[in-house]
Amino acid sequence: MLLINCPYCGERDQSEFTNGGEAHVARPKDPSQVSDREWSEYVFIRANPKGIYYERWVHTHGCRKWFNAVRNTSTDEILKVYKIGDPPPPIKEFKNTLKSPSGEPDVGSGNFTVKKI
Amino acid sequence: MKKKYSIFNIIKNAFSNNENWKKMWRNPEPRKFYDIIIIGGGGHGLGTAYYLAKEHGLKNIAVIEKGWLGGGNTGRNTTIIRSNYLWDESAHLYDHSLKLWENLSSELNYNVMFSQRGVLNLAHNEHDVKEIKRRVSANKLNGIDSHWADPKQIKKLVPIMNIENCRYPVLGASYQPRAGTARHDAVAWGYAMRADELGVDIIQNCEVKKIRTKNGKVYGIETTKGIIRAKRVGVVASGHTSVLAETAGIKLPLQSKPLQALVSEPIKPVINTVVMSNAVHAYVSQSDKGELVIGAGTDGYNSFTQRGGYNIVEDTLRAIIELYPIFGKMKMLRQWGGIVDICPDASPIISKCEIEGLYFNCGWGTGGFKATPGSANLFAYTVAKDNPHSINAPFSLERFVSGRLVDEHGAAAVAH
Repeated sequence: MLLINCPYCGERDQSEFTNGGEAHVARPKDPSQVSDREWSEYVFIRANPKGIYYERWVHTHGCRKWFNAVRNTSTDEILKVYKIGDPPPPIKEFKNTLKSPSGEPDVGSGNFTVKKI
Repeated sequence: MKKKYSIFNIIKNAFSNNENWKKMWRNPEPRKFYDIIIIGGGGHGLGTAYYLAKEHGLKNIAVIEKGWLGGGNTGRNTTIIRSNYLWDESAHLYDHSLKLWENLSSELNYNVMFSQRGVLNLAHNEHDVKEIKRRVSANKLNGIDSHWADPKQIKKLVPIMNIENCRYPVLGASYQPRAGTARHDAVAWGYAMRADELGVDIIQNCEVKKIRTKNGKVYGIETTKGIIRAKRVGVVASGHTSVLAETAGIKLPLQSKPLQALVSEPIKPVINTVVMSNAVHAYVSQSDKGELVIGAGTDGYNSFTQRGGYNIVEDTLRAIIELYPIFGKMKMLRQWGGIVDICPDASPIISKCEIEGLYFNCGWGTGGFKATPGSANLFAYTVAKDNPHSINAPFSLERFVSGRLVDEHGAAAVAH
């Protein structure tokens, strides 16, 4: 279970929070002008990286405020938490140790965070 | 088909301490070029290779697997098979699969232990009752053997269930007798063995790093064992499909989340059907070894850790104990997670894409195992003919642009 550092309340158990999916998704400025394909991308397509992921959380059973977080989805390590409205930290800021696109060692399947333990 | 398994073979091999069984499949080094490469050596991928070779007579096929066969979601699900889906498109798809399941052991001459023990989808409130009755009617119109069971019939089927004295009493259920379970590993192994016999190269411990394209066509794949060229590439990598698609510049509407399951210590037979509950979100069946196989829900966030949060396990077990007080003192043996790829409409994608020769079979989300033979069969058709079969035509990538979704979220008794 994750411990999430709410920027308003401090570190709390993940079960108090609800995930809000990818952060910084911009709604097209003039929806009537975009093509069906572009609109479909806005509605249905979200980033799904194995690695550095910018996402939203809401502290449902706490202050009920929304905030953003940067998490490594291959280890579930939360790398940074910042408030809504703050600019997203550049991806270079986080040391990306992932070896292959799928983020696993060259050979072998499974979960390398578990294997490390 | 060579018959490797028979009663005589078993007796013969017993005399030599079972040490002389032949290897079920070869372990070849990859060639430089294949006509068709399937990425993902789970049930769906191996099945696809098998049907490509068997039904479409194609040769020069390889299956590339980054770990071991059936080590991903094929080996991590709760092995439930059913076809009582609400929408016509899904009902046709999953019933096509169920019909293949019914004949799979003899087709592969390998016992996949398909057991048609039926499945109950419980209703705990008025809304559930209405939804489930509607679904039962829809199923009947599609020729699926679904029917409504009242609490008395449920109690008779599953005497250990607490249907009255609980917070969410059981008001009824849909029952599909043809549904059931199967041995998940056997499905992957059976397909692998028969595909191998038909000349398919199964390459394990070989991770695909990138799908290469050239002028809008597939060129090949980069792997940990070097570059392999291919005319056609089919991606069946469940949770990792979108990661691979991105290397070819394709964005898929998928989100990868951990889905957890757990098994208990083995006990004597107490439950001879599959019971799923939508509202309290827990499902249970008993394996042939006697372990209770318990399925939980997905975690609420994207992750590739194959682990998931303990709060999900706790919620599921709370519901299980409420429904079956008899399990209160049981110990759980193992818990694990698999990474499922969920589509916005909770229906799969079996489709071509804008790159020529690149095909996707993904988005099975929490319900891929039951579809294994059907999915493989239809995907093989799609790859071989470069055109979808009429059953999987509604499950194209285009549906997210046209808006013709097959919205099974909630409609299909949640935990597919």
